Amino acid sequence: MADLSCKIAGIDSLNPFWLASAPPTDKKYNVVRAFEAGWGGVVWKTLGIDPPVVNVSSRYGAHHDQNRRLLGINNIELISDRPLATNLQEIRECRKEYPDHVIIGSMMAPIEERAWKDLAQQIAESGVHGLELNLGCPHGMCERGMGSAIGQVPEMVEQVTRWVKDAVDIPVFTKLTPNITNILWSAEAALKGGADAVSLINTVNSIISVDIDNMVPEPVVDGKGTHGGYCGSAVKPIALNMVAEIARTPETRDLEISGIGGITTWKDAVEFMALGSNAVQVCTAAMIYGFRVVDDLIDGMSQWMDDKGYTSVEQFTRAAVPQVSDWNELNMNFDTKAVINPDNCIECGRCHIACEDTSHQAITMTDKPEGGRLFEVVDEECVGCNLCYHICPVPDCITMEPVKTDKPPMTWPEHPLNPMRVAAE
Amino acid sequence: MTTLQAKQASKSGAVHGGAGHNDADDGFSDLHPAYSTLQAMAESNRCLYCYDAPCVTACPTSIDIPSFIRKISTGNPDGAAKTILSANIMGGTCARACPTEVLCEEACVRNVAEDTAVEIGSLQRYAVDHLMARDLPHPFKRAPKTGKTIAVVGAGPAGLSCAHRAAMLGHDVVVFEAKPKPGGLNEYGLAAYKMTNDFAQREVEFLLGIGGIEIEYNKALGKDINLADLKAKYDAVFVGVGLGSTNDLGLKGEDFPGVDDAINFIEKLRQTEPKSDMPVGNNVIVIGGGNTAIDAAVQAKRLGAEEVTLVYRRGPENMSATEFEQDLAKTNGVVVRYWAKPVAIKANGKLMGMEFEKTELDASGKLVGTGETFEVRADQILKAIGQKIKTDDLAGMEITGGKIVVDKNYQTTAPGVFAGGDCIKSGEDLTVQSVEDGKQAAIAIDAFLKTA
Ligand SMILES: Cc1cc2nc3c(=O)[nH]c(=O)nc-3n(C[C@H](O)[C@H](O)[C@H](O)COP(=O)(O)OP(=O)(O)OC[C@H]3O[C@@H](n4cnc5c(N)ncnc54)[C@H](O)[C@@H]3O)c2cc1C
Ligand SMILES: Cc1cc2nc3c(=O)[nH]c(=O)nc-3n(C[C@H](O)[C@H](O)[C@H](O)COP(=O)(O)O)c2cc1C
Ligand code: SF4
Ligand code: SF4
Ligand code: SF4
Repeated sequence: MADLSCKIAGIDSLNPFWLASAPPTDKKYNVVRAFEAGWGGVVWKTLGIDPPVVNVSSRYGAHHDQNRRLLGINNIELISDRPLATNLQEIRECRKEYPDHVIIGSMMAPIEERAWKDLAQQIAESGVHGLELNLGCPHGMCERGMGSAIGQVPEMVEQVTRWVKDAVDIPVFTKLTPNITNILWSAEAALKGGADAVSLINTVNSIISVDIDNMVPEPVVDGKGTHGGYCGSAVKPIALNMVAEIARTPETRDLEISGIGGITTWKDAVEFMALGSNAVQVCTAAMIYGFRVVDDLIDGMSQWMDDKGYTSVEQFTRAAVPQVSDWNELNMNFDTKAVINPDNCIECGRCHIACEDTSHQAITMTDKPEGGRLFEVVDEECVGCNLCYHICPVPDCITMEPVKTDKPPMTWPEHPLNPMRVAAE
Repeated sequence: MTTLQAKQASKSGAVHGGAGHNDADDGFSDLHPAYSTLQAMAESNRCLYCYDAPCVTACPTSIDIPSFIRKISTGNPDGAAKTILSANIMGGTCARACPTEVLCEEACVRNVAEDTAVEIGSLQRYAVDHLMARDLPHPFKRAPKTGKTIAVVGAGPAGLSCAHRAAMLGHDVVVFEAKPKPGGLNEYGLAAYKMTNDFAQREVEFLLGIGGIEIEYNKALGKDINLADLKAKYDAVFVGVGLGSTNDLGLKGEDFPGVDDAINFIEKLRQTEPKSDMPVGNNVIVIGGGNTAIDAAVQAKRLGAEEVTLVYRRGPENMSATEFEQDLAKTNGVVVRYWAKPVAIKANGKLMGMEFEKTELDASGKLVGTGETFEVRADQILKAIGQKIKTDDLAGMEITGGKIVVDKNYQTTAPGVFAGGDCIKSGEDLTVQSVEDGKQAAIAIDAFLKTA
C-alpha cells in the first residue's frame, strides 16, 4: 500500500485527510471518533471570544438531485457555541491521547489587534499544531464585522494574518472566502501577512431553495429565512478553480494550500492535490455519510497510487498545475470529433436530440433495416463540443477522438482572424 | 419478467400456492401493489427520457411515456396523469391489465442497458391513481358543440374510449349496452386481482365526467335495438361489442353441469362479493393457452381448488399467454401440461374428468394426435379456447375470419357505421388496443361528420 503521509506548512500528517472546521470537529467526542476512523487531522470548530455565540433552529438547507441524493447543503450556523475554556481543555486531552494526529485550532475575532493576538496565544497554548484564521463565514459573523467581512478586504486579511503570525510561533493557515471577485487578491494578502498556507474554500454565499408552500427561503426559522453558506460536492468546481489559480500564479504559487470544498471521494482529493493542494479538508461528505468515508479516501487514493506507480503523495501534488493555462494559450488548430460505438448504443436518442435542438445538428437518427435506430455522427458538422459525450447514459459509448491534422499549433493571439493581431502588426 | 414482478409473483405463490386454503378473498388483493411516492420517485428516475422513445412506439395508444415519467420525477404526478389520459383515457385500467412485458416495457432501452425495464405500468398507475384520488374536475374540456350525435354500441373499453373522444370533439353520444353495468370485460373479464376496489366502475364514472355521454343499459343490438334505426336516428354509429361467444370443443357432454366457459367463470367471480362465496371445484381442468386460460386457472387456485391442471395442445413457446402470465400460473401452483388435446368428457351421473390424447408435430409441421391417451380427474372443466363474434347481431356488416371488416378509418362496409375493439382485427385482443381503436374511430368519425 502506498505511503499517504504528507507535510503541509511544516506539519507532518499521517495522511492528507483532515476534517474541516465545522460541527464534526466541535468537540472531543467527535474528534476521538474521527481519529479512530482514520482521519489524519482535524481543524477544530472555529473558536471565538466568550461569551459563546447562540445558534438558531433550524440551520441547514439542501440541494437534492431527483433521487434525493444531496448535491450540496447550506448552513446558517455560527462558530462554536461552547465556552472557549471547554474547547481548549478538550483540545489538550485529544493532543495527549492522539499525539500522532494533527489538530489545528480555527479562530475568529473582531477586527482588533489585541483580540486576535490574545485568542491566538490562548489556543496555541493548548498544544495545537497550527492555527487557521476563519475569514470566510458568510452569515451571522460577518454582520458583526467578522468572518467574510474581514476576508473580503485584502488589507484586513493581510493585517489579521500578520497580527497572528507575530503573536505565535506555530504555523498559520489563512482560510479564504470564495465570496470575492478574485481569489488572488486575498491569497496575495495572506502571503504578505506571512501565512504559512492558505485554506480554501470556505462556504459560498447562497439561498439554497425556497419553500414554495409558505414562500420562505430555506432553512426556515420561524417563518423567515436568510442566505447561508453553500458547500458539498456542488461547490467542488468553484473550489478547484480557486486552488488552481493560486497554484499557477507566479505571485502566489509559493503558498501551500489546504484544499477544501466538496471533496467526497478519493478522486476528488487527488484532483485537489493535482491542482495545487498539499493536503485536503472535508466537511459535508463526513456530515452526510459519517466519518467512515475516510476509508474510501485512504483506500481509493492508495490503490490509485499503486496503479500509477506513485510512492508518495508529493509525486502527484501539483502535477496538473502546468497544464492549467489561459484561454489565449490554447491551440486553436486542435480538433476532436464524437464517435459513437454502435455496439454499446442502447438507442435512447438523447445525443441526437441534444445536438439537434441545442448544438450543431451533427448526430443523425435513421431507421435500421433490421429494426431499431442508428445514431451516427456527421463529421463535417461535429465541432467536438462534448455535449453528446456527456449526455450519453452508457459509459464509453461515445468517445471523443482527436482528428489528425497537419496544422501546427496556433493560439488566438496568433490567429489570422483575430483583429487584435492585425492591429498589433 | 422484471425483477419486481418476479418478486411479487413468487410472493403471491408462496401465500396462495398451498392447497385447500379457505382464505379466498385474500387471494384477490392487488397483484402488483401500488407504488408509494418513494418507489415512484426511485423508479421514475431510472427513465432516461429517451427521444422518440421505443416504449412509446410499443404502446398501442402511443402515450408520451418519457414525458409522463419525467413529470412524476419532478413531483408533478397530476400533470403526468393528464399526459397519459390525453392518449389513453383508460390509462388506469391499462396500467393494471396491460401485458407490459410484451408492450412498452419490452421496448424500454433499460433492458439493453441493465437488463431491467423501467416499470412503466406501475408508474402509470401511480400517476392516474394520484389524479383520480384528488376528485378534481374532469381534466379535459369539450370542444364547442357540433350538434351531431353518435350512437355507440357496447360500453366496453372500445365503446367508452370512442364515446369520450367523440364527446371531447364536441359531439353528443348515446351508448347502448346490453348488460346492466358498463365497462365490458374491464368489469366482467379482467382477473379480480388486477382490478381491485371496483376500479372499473370508478374509471367509467371518471371518464363520463367529460359530459355529453349518456348510457342506456340493458339495450342489446339485435334484440332491443337495430342498426337501421340507429343509422336513421344518429349521425354516425360505432360498434364495439367485443366478442360475445366462445368456441366449443366439439365434444359430447359439453353441456354437462360443471363444464363451463372460462369467461363465464371469471365473470361470475368478478361479480361475487366476498370472493369466498364463489363456488369452485376440487379438481379443475382448464383448457387453453391464452391469458384467459391462465386467469381462470390462477383464480380457481386462489379460490381454493385443490388441484388445477391447465392443458394446452402445443408447447410453452406457442402459448399466447405471456411468459409473465405463464410464470404466474406456475408460482400459484397450477399444473401445466403441454402437447395434449381433449378427446372425451368423462361423466357418470356427475362430472368425473377428461380424457386427453398426446399431440406432436408431424413431418410437415402439422399438429397431430399420437394415439396415446391419459385421463385427468375433474369436477369442473373450464374452456378457454378462444372467443368469436356473435354474428347474428350485426347484419349488414361484412365479417371475415370472425371479425368485422373495417377500412383504415375504422369504417365498416355499412357506410356511417364504424367499429373497433375485439370485434375487429386491429392488433392483439387487449384493453389497450381497444382503447386505441375507440379513440382513432372517434377521430375518424369526426372527420367523416365534417365532410358529410
Ligand atoms: C378472461 C379475459 C381476460 C383478459 N385479460 C386481459 C388482460 O389482462 N389485459 C388486457 O389488456 N386484456 C385482457 N383481455 C382482453 C380485453 O378484455 C379485451 O381486449 C377488451 O375488453 C376488448 O374491449 P371491447 O370494448 O372491444 O370489448 P368488451 O370489453 O368485450 O366490451 C363489449 C361490450 O359490449 C357489450 N355488448 C356486446 N354485445 C352487445 C350488443 N349486441 N348490444 C349492446 N351491447 C353489447 C358487452 O356487454 C360489453 O359491455 C382479457 C379478456 C378476457 C376474456
Ligand atoms: C454546518 C457548517 C458549519 C461550518 N462552520 C465553520 C466554521 O465554524 N469555521 C470554518 O472555518 N468553516 C466552517 N464551515 C465551512 C467548512 O469548514 C468548509 O470550508 C466548507 O463546508 C466546504 O467544504 P465541504 O464542501 O467539504 O463541506 C462550516 C460548514 C458547515 C456545513
Ligand atoms: S446517447 Fe448514447 S446510447 Fe443514447 S443514442 Fe446516443 S450514443 Fe446511443
Ligand atoms: S397503456 Fe399499457 S402499453 Fe401503453 S404505456 Fe401504459 S402500460 Fe404500457
Ligand atoms: S425506453 Fe425506457 S428509459 Fe427510455 S423513455 Fe421509455 S421508459 Fe424511459
